[in-house]
Amino acid sequence: MIVSQFLVLAAALFSLGIYGLLVRRNIVLILLSVELMLNAVNINLVAFESMIVTSDAIGQVFAIFVITVAAAEVGIGLAIVLMIFRNRRSANVDDLDLMRY
Amino acid sequence: MSIADWISEPVNWVFLAIGLAVLFAGFRVVTAKNVVHAALFLVGALAGTAGLFLLLSAEFVAWVLVLVYIGAVVVLFLFGIMITRAPTGLDEGLDADRKAWPALLSLAVFVAMAWSSIDAFGDNGVLATGSATSTELIGESLLGRFVIPFEVVSFVLLAALIGGITIARRDLTPAEEEEREAV
Repeated sequence: MIVSQFLVLAAALFSLGIYGLLVRRNIVLILLSVELMLNAVNINLVAFESMIVTSDAIGQVFAIFVITVAAAEVGIGLAIVLMIFRNRRSANVDDLDLMRY
Repeated sequence: MSIADWISEPVNWVFLAIGLAVLFAGFRVVTAKNVVHAALFLVGALAGTAGLFLLLSAEFVAWVLVLVYIGAVVVLFLFGIMITRAPTGLDEGLDADRKAWPALLSLAVFVAMAWSSIDAFGDNGVLATGSATSTELIGESLLGRFVIPFEVVSFVLLAALIGGITIARRDLTPAEEEEREAV
């Protein structure tokens, strides 16, 4: 296996995530696309770790941190989505065009 | 390394199978018409990624991915979807109308990243699949060289927990507050 195959796969996943981030109008689907991008980053990190075998498994530790921070971000993001849905009765980003009400 | 050499290794067939499944699942995440289907396709993409990590001898990270991402984050997403869906159950207006420019942009990003990756790293090989990364190594690293980021990430999780509860808390109306006081 060469490292480029993993890098190209991760690049494809990342660009799919960018497409989803730009096209989707539902907030939860936008968050899903962000998760897809973070997943692509993880593939990159672990692939590099497997290429340069460090003595501390640096790439894998970094990937674990990315997973953890992504989980925290999803928690906060969905709490915000909940509040928005409570106040505006809509989870569509096109409806969030005012800073107030 | 030529394409013929690359195809002749069985490990690369497994990689192709898993990789195409991950790409298909990722494509369906961003194009599904049903929100729940999009979340479930993300489960497929994450499971495929865990398989890729196993190919890369990263067993612990693969298991963390399955436990934390699929087991907790996607469940959280499904709860969020359940709470924020329109009562009629129909999913309308999920996509923007003009999709050409985002598609062009994402294609440009893919070409730029893929070309620069191949140009920079070319034929560098990866560890053979047989060798496993011991969990002991990751544990020693997390509590040795990376103990400060480890503790900081615990603070981040605590802050996210408290912040999430505070944000999503329902403020009591004055009538309800008086009721609470009376009791």
